[in-house]
Amino acid sequence: MCGTCGCGSEENGVKILAPSIKNEVHHHANKEHHSHSHDHSLGHGHHHSHDYGHHQHDHDHHHKTVLEVERDILQHNEIMAARNRGYFDAKNIFALNLVSSPGSGKTSILECTLKDLKDKIPFYVIEGDQQTVNDANRIAALDVPVLQINTGKGCHLESDMVHDAVKKLNIANDSVLMIENVGNLVCPSMFNLGEHKRVVIVSTTEGDDKPIKYPDMFHTSDVCIINKIDLAPYLDTSIEELKKNALKVNPNLIFFEVSATKGTGMEQWYRWLEEHVELIAQKQ
Amino acid sequence: MHELSVAMGIVKIAEDETKRAEAERVTVIELEIGRLAGIEFESLDFVWPAAVKNTVLEHAEKKIEVKEGLAKCADCDEVFKIQQFYDSCPSCSSNLKVVIQGKELRVKALEVV
Repeated sequence: MCGTCGCGSEENGVKILAPSIKNEVHHHANKEHHSHSHDHSLGHGHHHSHDYGHHQHDHDHHHKTVLEVERDILQHNEIMAARNRGYFDAKNIFALNLVSSPGSGKTSILECTLKDLKDKIPFYVIEGDQQTVNDANRIAALDVPVLQINTGKGCHLESDMVHDAVKKLNIANDSVLMIENVGNLVCPSMFNLGEHKRVVIVSTTEGDDKPIKYPDMFHTSDVCIINKIDLAPYLDTSIEELKKNALKVNPNLIFFEVSATKGTGMEQWYRWLEEHVELIAQKQ
Repeated sequence: MHELSVAMGIVKIAEDETKRAEAERVTVIELEIGRLAGIEFESLDFVWPAAVKNTVLEHAEKKIEVKEGLAKCADCDEVFKIQQFYDSCPSCSSNLKVVIQGKELRVKALEVV
Protein backbone atom coordinates (compact mmCIF):
# COMPACT_ATOMS: atom_id res chain seq x y z
CA MET A 1 0.00 0.00 0.00
CA CYS A 2 1.18 3.48 -0.75
CA GLY A 3 2.02 5.63 2.25
CA THR A 4 1.18 8.88 0.56
CA CYS A 5 -2.36 8.25 -0.38
CA GLY A 6 -3.33 4.91 1.07
CA CYS A 7 -4.08 3.52 -2.34
CA GLY A 8 -3.58 -0.14 -3.04
CA SER A 9 -2.79 0.35 -6.69
CA GLU A 10 -1.63 3.01 -9.10
CA GLU A 11 -5.19 4.14 -9.72
CA ASN A 12 -5.26 6.86 -7.10
CA GLY A 13 -1.55 7.42 -6.93
CA VAL A 14 0.44 10.63 -7.29
CA LYS A 15 0.49 12.15 -10.74
CA ILE A 16 2.39 15.07 -12.12
CA LEU A 17 0.42 16.76 -14.86
CA ALA A 18 0.87 19.59 -17.28
CA PRO A 19 -1.96 22.11 -17.41
CA SER A 20 -4.53 21.30 -20.07
CA ILE A 21 -4.06 24.85 -21.38
CA LYS A 22 -0.90 25.05 -23.46
CA ASN A 23 1.99 27.17 -22.28
CA GLU A 24 5.69 27.35 -22.90
CA VAL A 25 6.79 24.94 -20.22
CA HIS A 26 6.57 22.03 -22.64
CA HIS A 27 8.71 23.53 -25.32
CA HIS A 28 12.01 23.28 -23.58
CA ALA A 29 14.46 20.92 -25.13
CA ASN A 30 14.17 17.91 -22.98
CA LYS A 31 16.76 15.24 -23.27
CA GLU A 32 14.15 12.69 -22.53
CA HIS A 33 11.71 11.30 -24.99
CA HIS A 34 8.57 13.29 -24.35
CA SER A 35 7.86 16.08 -26.73
CA HIS A 36 4.14 16.17 -26.15
CA SER A 37 2.05 16.95 -23.13
CA HIS A 38 1.17 13.91 -21.16
CA ASP A 39 0.04 12.76 -17.79
CA HIS A 40 2.01 9.72 -17.04
CA SER A 41 1.87 8.68 -13.46
CA LEU A 42 5.05 8.63 -11.55
CA GLY A 43 6.13 5.98 -9.18
CA HIS A 44 5.70 7.00 -5.60
CA GLY A 45 9.29 7.48 -4.71
CA HIS A 46 8.81 5.39 -1.62
CA HIS A 47 10.20 1.97 -1.61
CA HIS A 48 7.50 -0.57 -1.26
CA SER A 49 9.57 -3.24 0.19
CA HIS A 50 9.03 -6.92 0.36
CA ASP A 51 10.56 -10.02 -1.12
CA TYR A 52 14.12 -10.31 -0.14
CA GLY A 53 13.75 -13.84 -1.29
CA HIS A 54 16.77 -15.41 0.25
CA HIS A 55 15.45 -16.77 3.50
CA GLN A 56 14.65 -20.20 2.22
CA HIS A 57 15.81 -22.08 5.27
CA ASP A 58 14.60 -21.89 8.81
CA HIS A 59 17.19 -21.11 11.36
CA ASP A 60 17.26 -23.75 14.00
CA HIS A 61 17.31 -21.19 16.75
CA HIS A 62 15.70 -17.77 17.10
CA HIS A 63 18.09 -15.36 18.73
CA LYS A 64 16.45 -12.15 19.73
CA THR A 65 18.60 -9.19 18.88
CA VAL A 66 17.89 -5.62 19.91
CA LEU A 67 18.86 -3.02 17.33
CA GLU A 68 19.34 0.49 18.70
CA VAL A 69 18.04 2.23 15.63
CA GLU A 70 17.46 5.85 16.76
CA ARG A 71 16.25 7.03 13.37
CA ASP A 72 13.88 9.88 12.60
CA ILE A 73 10.74 8.60 10.97
CA LEU A 74 10.50 11.47 8.52
CA GLN A 75 14.16 11.30 7.56
CA HIS A 76 13.44 10.22 3.99
CA ASN A 77 11.34 13.36 3.51
CA GLU A 78 14.02 15.49 5.19
CA ILE A 79 16.78 14.08 2.98
CA MET A 80 14.82 14.73 -0.20
CA ALA A 81 13.94 18.21 1.11
CA ALA A 82 17.63 18.90 1.64
CA ARG A 83 18.28 17.79 -1.92
CA ASN A 84 15.64 20.19 -3.20
CA ARG A 85 17.08 22.98 -1.09
CA GLY A 86 20.56 22.36 -2.43
CA TYR A 87 19.23 22.58 -5.97
CA PHE A 88 17.37 25.82 -5.19
CA ASP A 89 20.41 27.38 -3.55
CA ALA A 90 22.74 26.38 -6.37
CA LYS A 91 20.46 28.00 -8.92
CA ASN A 92 19.50 31.06 -6.86
CA ILE A 93 15.88 30.00 -6.79
CA PHE A 94 13.79 31.50 -3.99
CA ALA A 95 11.30 28.77 -3.06
CA LEU A 96 8.08 29.35 -1.12
CA ASN A 97 5.61 26.81 0.24
CA LEU A 98 2.08 28.22 0.38
CA VAL A 99 -0.16 26.47 2.88
CA SER A 100 -3.73 27.05 4.08
CA SER A 101 -7.16 25.50 4.46
CA PRO A 102 -9.02 24.88 1.21
CA GLY A 103 -10.65 28.05 -0.07
CA SER A 104 -8.67 30.67 1.82
CA GLY A 105 -7.36 32.12 -1.42
CA LYS A 106 -3.91 30.64 -2.10
CA THR A 107 -4.47 30.49 -5.84
CA SER A 108 -6.05 33.96 -5.96
CA ILE A 109 -3.10 35.48 -4.09
CA LEU A 110 -0.78 33.67 -6.44
CA GLU A 111 -2.65 34.88 -9.54
CA CYS A 112 -2.62 38.45 -8.32
CA THR A 113 1.09 38.26 -7.44
CA LEU A 114 2.09 36.71 -10.76
CA LYS A 115 0.03 39.20 -12.74
CA ASP A 116 1.69 42.16 -11.04
CA LEU A 117 5.27 40.90 -10.73
CA LYS A 118 5.91 38.47 -13.57
CA ASP A 119 7.50 41.14 -15.76
CA LYS A 120 10.04 41.87 -13.02
CA ILE A 121 10.66 38.38 -11.61
CA PRO A 122 10.63 35.03 -13.45
CA PHE A 123 8.14 32.77 -11.66
CA TYR A 124 7.57 29.02 -11.73
CA VAL A 125 4.67 27.32 -10.00
CA ILE A 126 3.95 23.84 -8.66
CA GLU A 127 0.30 23.28 -7.81
CA GLY A 128 -0.75 20.58 -5.34
CA ASP A 129 -4.30 19.27 -5.25
CA GLN A 130 -5.88 15.89 -4.76
CA GLN A 131 -7.57 16.07 -8.16
CA THR A 132 -7.94 18.23 -11.29
CA VAL A 133 -5.60 20.54 -13.18
CA ASN A 134 -7.91 23.53 -12.52
CA ASP A 135 -5.33 25.50 -10.55
CA ALA A 136 -2.56 24.78 -13.05
CA ASN A 137 -4.86 26.06 -15.77
CA ARG A 138 -5.43 29.31 -13.88
CA ILE A 139 -1.67 29.82 -13.62
CA ALA A 140 -0.99 28.71 -17.21
CA ALA A 141 -3.51 31.32 -18.38
CA LEU A 142 -1.02 33.93 -17.10
CA ASP A 143 1.78 32.42 -19.22
CA VAL A 144 3.71 31.27 -16.19
CA PRO A 145 5.34 27.80 -16.34
CA VAL A 146 3.38 25.47 -14.07
CA LEU A 147 3.01 21.80 -13.22
CA GLN A 148 0.20 20.20 -11.27
CA ILE A 149 0.79 17.45 -8.73
CA ASN A 150 -2.33 15.41 -8.06
CA THR A 151 -1.87 13.55 -4.82
CA GLY A 152 -4.89 11.27 -5.29
CA LYS A 153 -6.04 10.55 -1.75
CA GLY A 154 -2.94 12.19 -0.30
CA CYS A 155 -3.48 15.14 2.00
CA HIS A 156 -0.14 16.94 1.56
CA LEU A 157 2.87 17.32 -0.73
CA GLU A 158 6.07 15.47 0.14
CA SER A 159 9.56 16.47 -0.85
CA ASP A 160 10.07 13.64 -3.36
CA MET A 161 6.95 14.74 -5.30
CA VAL A 162 8.36 18.27 -5.45
CA HIS A 163 11.73 16.84 -6.48
CA ASP A 164 10.14 15.04 -9.44
CA ALA A 165 8.13 18.10 -10.44
CA VAL A 166 11.14 20.41 -10.15
CA LYS A 167 13.13 18.17 -12.49
CA LYS A 168 10.39 18.41 -15.12
CA LEU A 169 9.86 22.13 -14.66
CA ASN A 170 13.40 23.00 -15.78
CA ILE A 171 13.59 26.16 -13.67
CA ALA A 172 15.88 28.98 -14.82
CA ASN A 173 18.46 30.45 -12.46
CA ASP A 174 17.53 33.55 -10.42
CA SER A 175 13.82 32.90 -10.27
CA VAL A 176 11.04 32.32 -7.76
CA LEU A 177 9.33 28.96 -7.26
CA MET A 178 5.88 29.05 -5.70
CA ILE A 179 4.72 25.69 -4.39
CA GLU A 180 1.02 25.75 -3.60
CA ASN A 181 0.39 22.89 -1.20
CA VAL A 182 -2.79 20.84 -0.91
CA GLY A 183 -5.46 22.84 0.93
CA ASN A 184 -5.16 21.42 4.44
CA LEU A 185 -4.19 23.19 7.63
CA VAL A 186 -2.94 20.04 9.38
CA CYS A 187 -0.85 17.52 7.45
CA PRO A 188 1.41 19.72 5.27
CA SER A 189 2.95 21.23 8.41
CA MET A 190 5.05 18.10 9.02
CA PHE A 191 6.56 17.88 5.57
CA ASN A 192 9.49 20.09 4.71
CA LEU A 193 9.69 20.52 0.93
CA GLY A 194 13.05 22.27 0.95
CA GLU A 195 11.46 25.72 0.74
CA HIS A 196 13.17 28.87 2.00
CA LYS A 197 10.01 30.32 3.48
CA ARG A 198 6.67 28.86 4.45
CA VAL A 199 3.70 31.16 3.97
CA VAL A 200 0.44 30.35 5.76
CA ILE A 201 -2.66 32.01 4.39
CA VAL A 202 -5.72 32.47 6.55
CA SER A 203 -8.85 34.30 5.49
CA THR A 204 -11.15 36.40 7.66
CA THR A 205 -14.07 34.08 6.87
CA GLU A 206 -12.33 31.29 8.79
CA GLY A 207 -12.66 33.06 12.13
CA ASP A 208 -9.96 34.52 14.36
CA ASP A 209 -9.09 31.38 16.34
CA LYS A 210 -7.67 29.28 13.48
CA PRO A 211 -4.05 29.76 14.67
CA ILE A 212 -4.76 28.19 18.04
CA LYS A 213 -7.03 25.50 16.61
CA TYR A 214 -4.34 24.44 14.14
CA PRO A 215 -1.16 25.55 15.87
CA ASP A 216 1.32 23.27 14.07
CA MET A 217 0.94 25.05 10.76
CA PHE A 218 1.36 28.51 12.28
CA HIS A 219 4.26 27.30 14.39
CA THR A 220 6.20 26.13 11.32
CA SER A 221 5.44 29.12 9.07
CA ASP A 222 7.49 32.29 8.55
CA VAL A 223 4.86 34.53 7.03
CA CYS A 224 1.11 34.81 7.60
CA ILE A 225 -1.04 36.42 4.92
CA ILE A 226 -4.51 37.38 6.14
CA ASN A 227 -6.74 37.34 3.08
CA LYS A 228 -10.27 38.63 2.38
CA ILE A 229 -9.86 41.67 4.66
CA ASP A 230 -12.53 43.40 2.56
CA LEU A 231 -15.06 40.99 4.08
CA ALA A 232 -14.06 41.65 7.70
CA PRO A 233 -16.73 44.35 8.30
CA TYR A 234 -19.44 41.77 7.57
CA LEU A 235 -17.99 39.11 9.86
CA ASP A 236 -17.44 38.58 13.56
CA THR A 237 -13.75 38.07 12.91
CA SER A 238 -11.33 40.47 14.56
CA ILE A 239 -8.10 40.76 12.58
CA GLU A 240 -6.31 42.00 15.70
CA GLU A 241 -7.48 38.95 17.64
CA LEU A 242 -6.40 36.67 14.79
CA LYS A 243 -2.91 38.20 14.82
CA LYS A 244 -2.72 37.98 18.60
CA ASN A 245 -3.59 34.27 18.46
CA ALA A 246 -1.05 33.63 15.71
CA LEU A 247 1.68 35.41 17.67
CA LYS A 248 0.96 33.26 20.72
CA VAL A 249 1.79 30.22 18.60
CA ASN A 250 4.69 31.83 16.76
CA PRO A 251 6.01 35.21 17.93
CA ASN A 252 8.24 35.47 14.84
CA LEU A 253 5.45 35.57 12.24
CA ILE A 254 5.38 38.42 9.75
CA PHE A 255 1.87 39.53 8.70
CA PHE A 256 0.38 40.91 5.53
CA GLU A 257 -3.27 41.92 5.40
CA VAL A 258 -4.64 41.68 1.90
CA SER A 259 -7.64 41.21 -0.31
CA ALA A 260 -6.41 39.30 -3.34
CA THR A 261 -9.59 39.88 -5.32
CA LYS A 262 -9.56 43.65 -4.71
CA GLY A 263 -5.77 43.98 -4.80
CA THR A 264 -5.75 45.67 -1.36
CA GLY A 265 -2.55 45.46 0.69
CA MET A 266 -0.64 43.47 -1.92
CA GLU A 267 2.10 46.11 -2.24
CA GLN A 268 3.64 45.27 1.15
CA TRP A 269 3.66 41.57 0.31
CA TYR A 270 5.33 42.33 -3.05
CA ARG A 271 7.95 44.44 -1.32
CA TRP A 272 8.78 41.59 1.06
CA LEU A 273 9.01 39.18 -1.87
CA GLU A 274 11.28 41.47 -3.87
CA GLU A 275 13.52 42.08 -0.87
CA HIS A 276 13.99 38.35 -0.39
CA VAL A 277 14.69 37.74 -4.07
CA GLU A 278 17.32 40.45 -3.72
CA LEU A 279 18.81 38.76 -0.61
CA ILE A 280 19.09 35.43 -2.39
CA ALA A 281 20.85 37.13 -5.31
CA GLN A 282 23.30 38.86 -2.95
CA LYS A 283 24.28 35.60 -1.28
CA GLN A 284 25.70 34.38 -4.56
CA MET B 1 -4.34 11.54 7.66
CA HIS B 2 -0.58 12.00 7.49
CA GLU B 3 -0.26 9.23 10.11
CA LEU B 4 -0.30 6.78 7.22
CA SER B 5 2.77 8.44 5.71
CA VAL B 6 4.38 8.27 9.14
CA ALA B 7 3.49 4.57 9.51
CA MET B 8 4.96 3.87 6.09
CA GLY B 9 8.12 5.70 7.14
CA ILE B 10 8.34 3.43 10.18
CA VAL B 11 7.87 0.35 7.97
CA LYS B 12 10.64 1.53 5.66
CA ILE B 13 13.07 1.96 8.55
CA ALA B 14 12.14 -1.43 10.03
CA GLU B 15 12.54 -3.18 6.67
CA ASP B 16 15.95 -1.57 6.08
CA GLU B 17 17.29 -2.32 9.54
CA THR B 18 15.97 -5.88 9.62
CA LYS B 19 17.57 -6.60 6.27
CA ARG B 20 20.85 -5.06 7.36
CA ALA B 21 20.86 -7.19 10.52
CA GLU B 22 20.08 -10.25 8.37
CA ALA B 23 17.11 -10.96 10.58
CA GLU B 24 13.76 -12.31 9.57
CA ARG B 25 11.21 -10.16 11.30
CA VAL B 26 10.61 -7.70 14.10
CA THR B 27 9.14 -8.86 17.40
CA VAL B 28 9.09 -5.53 19.21
CA ILE B 29 9.34 -1.99 17.88
CA GLU B 30 9.97 0.92 20.22
CA LEU B 31 8.90 4.34 19.05
CA GLU B 32 9.49 7.72 20.62
CA ILE B 33 6.77 10.23 19.82
CA GLY B 34 6.40 13.68 21.30
CA ARG B 35 3.07 15.25 22.20
CA LEU B 36 3.91 18.17 19.88
CA ALA B 37 5.02 16.01 16.94
CA GLY B 38 1.67 16.39 15.22
CA ILE B 39 0.70 12.74 15.59
CA GLU B 40 -2.77 11.67 16.59
CA PHE B 41 -2.10 8.42 18.46
CA GLU B 42 -5.52 7.01 17.67
CA SER B 43 -5.01 7.65 13.97
CA LEU B 44 -1.66 5.90 14.08
CA ASP B 45 -3.26 2.88 15.73
CA PHE B 46 -5.99 2.96 13.11
CA VAL B 47 -3.66 2.87 10.09
CA TRP B 48 -1.09 0.54 11.70
CA PRO B 49 -2.54 -2.87 10.70
CA ALA B 50 -2.91 -1.83 7.07
CA ALA B 51 0.57 -0.28 6.95
CA VAL B 52 2.43 -3.26 8.45
CA LYS B 53 0.59 -6.00 6.55
CA ASN B 54 3.01 -8.29 4.69
CA THR B 55 6.05 -6.52 6.16
CA VAL B 56 8.59 -7.45 8.84
CA LEU B 57 6.42 -5.52 11.30
CA GLU B 58 3.24 -7.52 10.74
CA HIS B 59 3.42 -9.40 14.04
CA ALA B 60 5.53 -6.93 15.97
CA GLU B 61 4.47 -5.45 19.27
CA LYS B 62 4.40 -1.66 19.08
CA LYS B 63 5.62 0.23 22.14
CA ILE B 64 5.35 4.00 22.20
CA GLU B 65 7.26 6.17 24.60
CA VAL B 66 5.34 9.45 24.73
CA LYS B 67 7.52 12.50 25.34
CA GLU B 68 5.78 15.39 27.08
CA GLY B 69 6.22 18.90 25.76
CA LEU B 70 8.90 21.00 27.46
CA ALA B 71 9.93 24.53 26.58
CA LYS B 72 12.52 27.00 27.76
CA CYS B 73 11.44 30.62 27.99
CA ALA B 74 13.58 32.88 25.82
CA ASP B 75 13.02 35.83 28.17
CA CYS B 76 13.50 34.39 31.64
CA ASP B 77 15.03 30.93 31.01
CA GLU B 78 12.28 29.15 32.92
CA VAL B 79 11.83 25.54 31.77
CA PHE B 80 8.16 24.58 31.76
CA LYS B 81 5.73 21.95 30.52
CA ILE B 82 3.64 22.80 27.48
CA GLN B 83 0.59 21.09 26.06
CA GLN B 84 0.36 23.44 23.08
CA PHE B 85 2.72 25.62 21.09
CA TYR B 86 0.80 28.68 22.33
CA ASP B 87 1.29 28.00 26.03
CA SER B 88 3.11 30.94 27.52
CA CYS B 89 5.72 31.04 30.25
CA PRO B 90 4.11 30.55 33.67
CA SER B 91 6.53 32.89 35.38
CA CYS B 92 6.80 35.85 32.96
CA SER B 93 3.93 35.20 30.46
CA SER B 94 6.24 35.50 27.44
CA ASN B 95 5.39 33.58 24.27
CA LEU B 96 8.99 33.51 23.12
CA LYS B 97 10.28 30.05 23.84
CA VAL B 98 12.30 27.19 22.50
CA VAL B 99 10.65 23.78 22.48
CA ILE B 100 13.24 21.47 24.02
CA GLN B 101 11.20 18.29 24.14
CA GLY B 102 8.00 16.95 22.62
CA LYS B 103 8.69 17.05 18.88
CA GLU B 104 10.36 13.63 18.76
CA LEU B 105 9.24 11.26 16.04
CA ARG B 106 11.69 8.40 15.91
CA VAL B 107 12.20 4.68 15.81
CA LYS B 108 14.23 4.02 18.93
CA ALA B 109 14.89 0.31 18.83
CA LEU B 110 13.86 -2.90 17.17
CA GLU B 111 13.93 -6.38 18.60
CA VAL B 112 14.44 -8.77 15.71
CA VAL B 113 14.68 -12.53 15.26
